[in-house]
Amino acid sequence: MLSLRHVGKTYPNGAEALAGVTLEVAPGEILAIVGGSGCGKSTLLRLVAGLEGASAGRIALDGVPLAGPHPAIGIVFQEPRLLPWLTVAGNIGFGLTHLSRPAREARIAAALARIGLPDYGGRWPRELSGGQAQRVALARALVVEPRVLLLDEPFSALDAFIREDLQGHLLALWSDTRPTLVLVTHDIEEALVLADRVVVMQPKPGRITQVLTIDLPRPRARTGADLLHLKQQVLGLLRHARPAAAKANAYAASPAA
Amino acid sequence: MSHVEGLPLTRGVPQRADTRLRIRRQGRWLLGLLVPAGAALAWELAVRAGLANGRLMPPPSVLGATLLDLAQGGDLALHIRATLARMAAGFALGVLAGTALGVLTGTFAGVRAALDPTLQALRAIPSIAWVPLFILWFGIFEASKIMLIAVGVAFPVYLGTLGAIRTVDRRIVEVGRSFRLGRLALARRILFPAVLPHYVVALRSGLGLGWMFVVAAEFMGASEGLGYLLVDGQQLGKPAQILAAILVFALLGKLTDTLLVAAAAPFLRWQDVAQDVVPGEPPRRREPC
Ligand SMILES: Nc1ncnc2c1ncn2[C@@H]1O[C@H](COP(=O)(O)OP(=O)(O)OP(=O)(O)O)[C@@H](O)[C@H]1O
Ligand SMILES: [Mg+2]
Repeated sequence: MLSLRHVGKTYPNGAEALAGVTLEVAPGEILAIVGGSGCGKSTLLRLVAGLEGASAGRIALDGVPLAGPHPAIGIVFQEPRLLPWLTVAGNIGFGLTHLSRPAREARIAAALARIGLPDYGGRWPRELSGGQAQRVALARALVVEPRVLLLDEPFSALDAFIREDLQGHLLALWSDTRPTLVLVTHDIEEALVLADRVVVMQPKPGRITQVLTIDLPRPRARTGADLLHLKQQVLGLLRHARPAAAKANAYAASPAA
Repeated sequence: MSHVEGLPLTRGVPQRADTRLRIRRQGRWLLGLLVPAGAALAWELAVRAGLANGRLMPPPSVLGATLLDLAQGGDLALHIRATLARMAAGFALGVLAGTALGVLTGTFAGVRAALDPTLQALRAIPSIAWVPLFILWFGIFEASKIMLIAVGVAFPVYLGTLGAIRTVDRRIVEVGRSFRLGRLALARRILFPAVLPHYVVALRSGLGLGWMFVVAAEFMGASEGLGYLLVDGQQLGKPAQILAAILVFALLGKLTDTLLVAAAAPFLRWQDVAQDVVPGEPPRRREPC
């Protein structure tokens, strides 16, 4: 169980990125976070990942407060961030150095097969397409079998077609070990298709507006009536949460929304 | 280093593309030879035809004869060995000092704040200005020469190392941190490989300056070495000897640089550079992927 209690973050320059965020995520749950730009979604993930320290409140995993990066918590960034000097296999095995070589190679091979790139172990990151690179990044985070995986808009740089493909991949990978997934996304449909709950955030300071429970069976059709209804609801919340100045161009008008 | 993690040596581009590339490279190499060879030939013909006076600027045939002469007496080997020995010692010392200072200032903000201004000020001194002082301090023999070369090499290596460490992509470092690498592991598994391409460039500029300074060092009263051949050639009015020494300098400089690049190449195969870029040149800044 991942729990956040009254978590706040003020950056050294005075920007109040988060204030009073309280949230509990159950083991194996898929939680999506949506919200306008600058409402603290990335900050929230970075705090949980231990890349940044909270200025207020408490973040705990199974009751134990987090201090710095935790071995059971992994993160996938918006860009793949593969290490260019390691092959694909080297990148996937980056967090597995504690294993013996045969064990490590077995895990890497399994991971490569799982992401549909079985013959790509010897390639350099520069030889991958954007979607392939993001899949490798996903595999790198997943081979260490984290109990919590944080994803910061992992598919946002990809076109809609590949994005749907990767969403399917993510669900399949998730069903292997059922880690907790916290997925930040700009794509409301993505949130609704994947998540058990959707957290809607608003900016200045970043906080939670509402948490919606998505009680639909998987796999979910993107065009289902329930889903479309929920989408309208989320859009409404987001529109409401926007600062007055930005309301003129409705959220729905921006392409990725 | 393990198979997976290590900077792997074997793999890659399909064989065919590799071969084609090599042929293209060789072709270009020959092209590069065309200009000096053409110029040499033209000069030779001009002197033979009596269109030019070859006394101050001896034609290639005289140059060749002089080189052969020097080589047969064993003199050339002696001078080359002396120069190479100085160069090796000075380069090693300079690289060591430059790297150590660069790593320290690049890693610790406190050290940087304390040392960098001083080092930048020292760097601004034309290094030849040290010559009289070094002679007083270290005598006119090897020590002062080696020190001068080391000073010349150390600054570009220092600057390159510091710059490379400071510009390592924060986002890549975060990957290491998210995998809970400690300070040392982070340095070894993230910082070192990230810095390596820039470091090789720094070594190359250090080497270039080292060759400059070895000449300066040998001007200050050496009894052997290629620089001595230059001085000797001037004093005794032997332009062919001067040109021969210059030619050997050019060859040695190019050779050592090529060796350096070749030694680094296996570790830099991952680089994503445009095909035309000289190997070892800094990689284009590129989004890490
Ligand atoms: N390193 C930083 N230093 C200072 N302020 C920051 C820093 N990072 C983020 N901020 C500020 O904190 C707020 C939240 O930023 P954050 O990156 O968490 O937003 P986000 O919800 O992820 O936005 P986006 O959807 O555009 O990625 C913003 O106002 C931003 O300007
Ligand atoms: Mg963000």
